[in-house]
Amino acid sequence: VRLQDLQQPAVSSKVFVQRDYSSGTICKFQTKFPSELESRLDKQQFEETIQTLNNLYAEAEKLGGKSYLEGCLACLTAYTVFLCMETHYEKVLKKIARYIKDQNEKIYAPRGLLLTDPIERGLRVVEITIFEDRSIGSGR
Amino acid sequence: MSQIHHAALDQQQQPGQYNQICTRSSSGSCAAPNDGSEPACPGHRSRTPRRKWQVFPGRNRFYCGGRIMMARQTGVFYLTLVLILLTSGLFFTFDCPFLASNLTPAIPAIGGILFIFVMGMLFRASFTDPGVLPRATPDEAADLERQIDSTGCSRPPPRTKEVLINGQTVKLKYCFTCKIFRPPRASHCSLCDNCVERFDHHCPWVGNCVGRRNYRFFYLFILSLSFLTIFIFAFVITHVILRSNRTGFLSALKDSPASVLEVVVCFFSVWSIVGLSGFHTYLISSNQTTNEDIKGSWSTKRGKDNYNPYSYGNILTNCCAALCGPLPPSLIDRRGMIQSDTPQTVSQTNGTGGGSYASTQLRSHMCDQDQCIQSTKFVLQVATTPLLHSDPVVLAPLPGKTTTLGGPCAYLAPSQPSLPSCGGDVLTLRDAAADSHCHHHLHHHHLHHHHHFVSPEETPCTTPQGALPCPAHLHLHPHLSVPTPTALYDPSSQDALHEDSVRGLVKLSSV
Repeated sequence: VRLQDLQQPAVSSKVFVQRDYSSGTICKFQTKFPSELESRLDKQQFEETIQTLNNLYAEAEKLGGKSYLEGCLACLTAYTVFLCMETHYEKVLKKIARYIKDQNEKIYAPRGLLLTDPIERGLRVVEITIFEDRSIGSGR
Repeated sequence: MSQIHHAALDQQQQPGQYNQICTRSSSGSCAAPNDGSEPACPGHRSRTPRRKWQVFPGRNRFYCGGRIMMARQTGVFYLTLVLILLTSGLFFTFDCPFLASNLTPAIPAIGGILFIFVMGMLFRASFTDPGVLPRATPDEAADLERQIDSTGCSRPPPRTKEVLINGQTVKLKYCFTCKIFRPPRASHCSLCDNCVERFDHHCPWVGNCVGRRNYRFFYLFILSLSFLTIFIFAFVITHVILRSNRTGFLSALKDSPASVLEVVVCFFSVWSIVGLSGFHTYLISSNQTTNEDIKGSWSTKRGKDNYNPYSYGNILTNCCAALCGPLPPSLIDRRGMIQSDTPQTVSQTNGTGGGSYASTQLRSHMCDQDQCIQSTKFVLQVATTPLLHSDPVVLAPLPGKTTTLGGPCAYLAPSQPSLPSCGGDVLTLRDAAADSHCHHHLHHHHLHHHHHFVSPEETPCTTPQGALPCPAHLHLHPHLSVPTPTALYDPSSQDALHEDSVRGLVKLSSV
């Protein structure tokens, strides 16, 4: 196996998991298992990833006492408070980035897949890149 | 993770290489971004890595290195600014001394607080990204096209998707310019050429679209402005009355001529501004956008069972959600750096109408490819380091990381009360001769709303390139001249693109 092969795997295809608008405008992705991933991934694994992402986004956009407090405080300080601290939404986005990195390392990379953080696609899709299978055992 | 961070920082400060003098550098008051320190051969044009706002496909203007974002036509915004500053200035200079000494100094104090609040909200509403949806990457667009069966005619038919939200059937429309299915409540602004989330309207007075991210600032602006207008109106009249009690009406007017001007301005503004505040208060309490209200989307006239699926049921929750809800971050990474490494050569496109779209496509394709490769490099490196016993690969900054670097900056600018005195960074991607947009602003504010709403939704025939306005659109705006395709295409950015890709090729071959 050449070093170059491992460092530059070829992209075989990409799967896009679209948004689910059935609950309104909140950020939620469809949990339907795409057929292209059937050979690489468990349905349950996939659903769990997407469901956790959905829950995290719901947490970011949740209306409640804490978010109202933050909103009122921000308004009173003419939004200068965000120079020092980051918004609740941003904190959750960082959490999501860590989760995706974690999932990539543990589950998706070993299977030749890569999850792209939806924020890099404008929260439109979860992009899953499928790489050509160049595992050491396969003679090519 | 820290490796990437260090790599990101290293690339910006490489010793031994001189900085390119950026022709678009902003002046002193805002921190000029160090646009990279790539070595340049003499005689070549600038090859510095560029930030994403410089190649943004919409019709927006960016200031302060991408931190401030406005619409293309900002003439009316300056008019708003002048009116407010002039009237308030006259009030504080001529009326307040009299009122402070004769009535109470609380009057200028309250007036001052109101004025500062109005200006703050105006700047936030004008300079904030309203919630622009970034356009689809070519892979996404291709995937969507595959899903929707095209019958093979030259122009694809208008596409819609139906979705059930809270029991109401909502139609999602496909945006030909942005190549996405618009989320519910999003709309494409024809003036800014962007899809905006929870699109309310395009406000020329504020010089920006009003959407999800800046609606509360807009509302607080018009609300506080109505208070300020009424405040000034009331106290100027009080001032004149008190003076005329002492010296007679005509000599009172002679002593403070500014008061007349203030009264006139306030009198004419108060009707429209207070009216607008009332209208938006109604919209907020029923959780509708101006767009939906004008089209009667949720009106019971359309059907007995028609109701607003987004409303939370009671007025208080609707108000809290609109004004105090969480503020989502900007989805367009304005200050991120464009990844210029790519294994693909960029073919020079001609200066046709297709050129501008193709160049956007190629750029985003390049970003996409490179990002994938970089991410996989990192992941595979992590997975295979013990196997290879090699030195860790130093990677170029990932777009994801620059998001976090750029994130706080996106919030920095709006709270800066200073105007674009750093005016240098004006980028107009499209040199279109369509400055006849100015004609819009002569119309009445509400009339402008009406004209605007009919056009983007009812005309599905926007060409894929998005370069030429639809003929139906032209009917509504007869003043618009069709921008020539060559004017829409920026030759200098194409050349820079070509050079970026060549440099990328050189880099890759050295791996």
